[in-house]
Amino acid sequence: MSTPTRTPTGAPEHLTGPGSGGVGDDAQRPDGVLKVRGEFAYGSDLWMEDMLWGVTLRSPHPYARIRSIDTSAALATPGVSAVLTSDDVPGEKVYGLELADQPVLALDVVRYQGEPVALVAADHPETARLAAARIHVDYDVLEPVTDARTALGHPTWNQVHDSTAEVTELSRESAHLHPEGNLVRHLKVRTGDPAPTADVVVVGEYEVGMQDQAFLGPEAGLAVPAEDGGVELHVATQWLHVDQKQICSALALPPEQVRLTLAGVGGAFGGREDLSMHVHACLLALRTGRPVKMSYNREESFFGHVHRHPATMRYEHGATRDGELVYVKAAIYFDGGAYASSTPAVVGNGGTMGIGPYVVPNVHVDCYGAYTNNPPCGAMRGFGSVQTAFAYESQMDALAAELGMDPVELRCRNAMEEGSATPTGQVIDSPAPVAELLRRLEAMPLPAASGDGEVDLRDMPGGVSNTTHGEGVRRGVGYAVAYKNVAFSEGYDDHSTARVRLEVVGGEPTATVHTAAAEVGQGLVTVEQQIARTELGVERVVVHPKDTSVGSAGSTSASRQTYVTGGAVKAACAKVREQVVARAERLVGRTVPDLRLAGGAVVSDSEDITVPLADLLGDDVLEETLEWRHRPTEAIDPETGQGFAHVQYAFSAHRAVVDVDTELGLVKVVEMACTQDVGKAINPQAVVGQIQGGTAQGLGLAVMEEILIKDGKVRNPSFTDYLIPTILDMPPMRIEVLEYADPHAPYGLRGVGEAPNISSGPAVLAAIRAATGLPLTRVPVRPEHITGT
Amino acid sequence: MRLTCTVNGTEQHVDDVWEGESLLYVLRERMGLPGSKNACEQGECGSCTVYLDGLPVCACLVAAGQAEGRQVGTVEGLADPEALHPVQQAFLDAGAVQCGFCTPGLLVATHDLITRHGRPSDAETREALAGNLCRCTGYEKILDAVRLAADRMAEPTAGGDR
Repeated sequence: MSTPTRTPTGAPEHLTGPGSGGVGDDAQRPDGVLKVRGEFAYGSDLWMEDMLWGVTLRSPHPYARIRSIDTSAALATPGVSAVLTSDDVPGEKVYGLELADQPVLALDVVRYQGEPVALVAADHPETARLAAARIHVDYDVLEPVTDARTALGHPTWNQVHDSTAEVTELSRESAHLHPEGNLVRHLKVRTGDPAPTADVVVVGEYEVGMQDQAFLGPEAGLAVPAEDGGVELHVATQWLHVDQKQICSALALPPEQVRLTLAGVGGAFGGREDLSMHVHACLLALRTGRPVKMSYNREESFFGHVHRHPATMRYEHGATRDGELVYVKAAIYFDGGAYASSTPAVVGNGGTMGIGPYVVPNVHVDCYGAYTNNPPCGAMRGFGSVQTAFAYESQMDALAAELGMDPVELRCRNAMEEGSATPTGQVIDSPAPVAELLRRLEAMPLPAASGDGEVDLRDMPGGVSNTTHGEGVRRGVGYAVAYKNVAFSEGYDDHSTARVRLEVVGGEPTATVHTAAAEVGQGLVTVEQQIARTELGVERVVVHPKDTSVGSAGSTSASRQTYVTGGAVKAACAKVREQVVARAERLVGRTVPDLRLAGGAVVSDSEDITVPLADLLGDDVLEETLEWRHRPTEAIDPETGQGFAHVQYAFSAHRAVVDVDTELGLVKVVEMACTQDVGKAINPQAVVGQIQGGTAQGLGLAVMEEILIKDGKVRNPSFTDYLIPTILDMPPMRIEVLEYADPHAPYGLRGVGEAPNISSGPAVLAAIRAATGLPLTRVPVRPEHITGT
Repeated sequence: MRLTCTVNGTEQHVDDVWEGESLLYVLRERMGLPGSKNACEQGECGSCTVYLDGLPVCACLVAAGQAEGRQVGTVEGLADPEALHPVQQAFLDAGAVQCGFCTPGLLVATHDLITRHGRPSDAETREALAGNLCRCTGYEKILDAVRLAADRMAEPTAGGDR
C-alpha cells in the first residue's frame, strides 16, 4: 500500500539510470550498515580515554531571583574536577538563534523550570550528579506568568524580560523584540475589505497543547580541548555553523579555534536547532583540560530543548451561501516560553499561512508570540503551521456543516491553485494541486467496517484491555489539507555550501561530497550521493564527515536540505563536470556538444566517444566549492504582511478513519491515507518514510502528546507520562506521491518532511468529531473531552 | 565490584563497577559496546533491548550485578563481523532505518519475535514490538522489514543463518 504513485514531471529523466543509485532511485543510506550493526557513533556513544562527564544543575523554579550560589561542597566532592557558574563564561553570557536573550548559565534570574544554573565535571556521571546536588542555590521564588495572553494583556507586567536583548546578526529583519515587554513578535496580515460581511459566519476558538519532539537520541556530545587553546566539539545537532557562531561568542574564541564535527544524530525534528549542552561541554573541557562528555537522560532532555509552541486561536470565517469564502479573521497566540528561540519565525509562519491553502479575498490576521515563564518553545517540524492547521481545518468543517455542504467539496471550491494569490499577496508560481490531493484521497477505498466478522480485541479502541467488543464504538472519517513554506523565508539569506571532489582511487573514479548539512536520520547523506552519481556519472560517492571545515549548509530544518544543499551539491558537481568535459575536449582536439558523464566515462551519444575517467584524470584531483542560494524572498510589510515571503510551498492532505469508544472516550485510528506533491521524489523510499513518520507525529499531537504544565512546571517529563505513538497506535497507511515539478527548484523537487506532519492531526481530529458529533476544539483530544466527564 | 558475564559469546571481566550502574551503562561505557541505546533509561522505549539468558530485556532496567555469570546478547552479536543477519538486511532493504536510534533494540526484539513465531501476523508483530518506540518511521516500514525478514528466514537458501 505504501508504493508511491508517480505522475509525469518535468524532471530530467535522462539523467537517471535504472537502479544506478542516482536521482529517483530507492538508493540505500550509506550509514545504514553501521546503524544496523550498532556501530554508528551517536553523540552519546562517543568515548575517550581520560574523559570526564559533565552534568547540569537546573532551576527547580519557573521564575526566581538568585540570591547566591555556593559551590564549595560540590567542589570538595572526590572525583570532581570543575564546578562552573555564569561567572565562568568568558564571552557573551547570553545567546540565541534569532535574539541573544538566553543565558548560557543563569545570571541573576531564572525564567523557566529547568534553566541551567551550574555545571559539574567529574570522573563518573553519578559522581557529577551527586556533586551537582550539593550546589546550594539561594532562590527568591517569584510568581510565574504562565499564559501568553495574560503576558500580553498586562502591559505593566514586564519582568519576564527586563534586560535589553541584543539583536544578533542571525536575526531576521522582521523580528521585532520589545525589550521592555513580553511581546516577541506581532505579525499582521491585512488584505481586502477591512469590514467584510458574508451570508454565513462561523466562529471558533481552538487550543493546541505543547508538543515535544521526543527524538530518541538524547542531547549529547564530546568536547575535546585542543593544543591551540581552542576546542573540538563532536555534537548531535541540526546546524553546525549556527552552533559554532553562538559557541564562539560565549567562549570569546574565533571560529578557527572552535571546530565542530557532527556526531551521529538520533532524530531532531527541530529540537536540536537551539544549543543544549554545546557551550557547557566546551566550558568544562577548556577549564579542566580534558575531554568532557555530556549526555542528557530522558528527564533532562524534556528540559534541555525547546518544544512546539502551545497556541490559542480565535477564527471567524465568512462565506457565501454557495460556499465561497468571503473573509477570514484570526487572532493567534503562541506561547514562546521564557526565551525567544525561533519564536519570531514561528509567528511568521503562523501568521502568513494561518488561513490554510485557500483563496480568500479579505483577510485580517493578528499573530502574536509572547514571553512567559513556561518552557521555551521554538522549532518543531511544521513550525507554526501545525497549530493553525487544527484551527483553520476545524473551521472549514464547521463552515461545511453550517452550509450543509460536503467538507471536501467546500475545500476544493476554495482551494489554492497555481496562479492563486496568498493572503500575503504572493502569486503561487508553481503547481499547487490542493483540490487534486483531496479528490485523490476521496477516491481511495475505505477500510472495512469494524465488527465485520469476528471481533479481534486488537482492532478495538482500548485493545487487549478488553474494554469493548464493539458496543459504543462509532466510526468517523475526516479530511484535512495543509501547506507549508519550504526553506527560510522573509528575506533571509538562505544558502548552502558544497565541496565536490572527483579523483581516481584504486582505479575507480570516486566523487567526494563535503557539506556541513546535518544528517539527522532523514537521509540527506543518501540524497547527496544520489545527486553526485547522477551529475558525475560515477558509482562510488563518498560523503565526507560533516564539519565546520567547509562553509555553512544552513539548518536541517524547514524541509530545506534536499532543496538547498541538494542544489549546492548539484551545482558544484556541474562545475566539476565542466572541468572534465573541457579536458575530454582537449583530448579529442575539438568541441563535442553532447559530451556527458556516464558509467565512469565521458561519452557522446552522437559520436563514438568513450573516455574513461580513470584515463582522463590520472592522478589529478578536480575540486569545486561553491555557495548556492535559492531565489531570494523578501521581508513582509510590517503593517499589512504583504510580500514575497516564501520561496516554495509544500502541499499534503490526509484522510483519517477512526473508531471511537464513545462511552470511555478511547480512540483507535483505523487507517491514515495521505496524498502529497513532492515535485520530484529524489529517493521515493525515503519520501514515503518521511510521510509515514510525519503522519505519526501529527496523529500523536491529535490524540496523546502533550507536555502538561501547571504553574510553569512540567508534570510529565518522561516516556512513562509523555506518550508518543507506538506500533499499536499507528494504523496502516495509504500513500500517493505526486510529482508536479516546481520549475524554480533543483530537479523540480519540493521539500517533503513537514507537510505530512501538518495535515495528519487535523484529519484525525475531524474524524473523531465525525464519530462523536462533538465540537472538540482542543488537541490532544483526551478521553474526558469525549465522555464529558 | 567486579563483574563477570558472557557477552556475545565472549567472557568479559570488568573491575570497579559501581553497584548502581545498569547493565546498559556497563555495556556502553565499560565494555565498548555502545550498540544498545540509551534513549530513555527508564524501560519505556526498548532501544536498549538485549538478550539476557536468551530472553529480551531492557538493559537499562537490569542492575549490572544481576548479569553476573549470565549470557548477554546485544545487537553487535547478531551477525558475524563481516556479515549481516537477515533481520538487519531486511531493515535496510525495507527502509526501516532513519535516524537508527531505535534500530538496535528493534533488531533484537524482531530477532526474538521471528525466532519464536516464524512468520508472525501483523497483529502479533504489533503486540511484540509495542515496547519499542520509533519516532522517525511511523512503523510502517518496520512492519515491512519484519515481514521481509520472516519470509527470508523461512527460506533457508535465501536467508542465510538464523
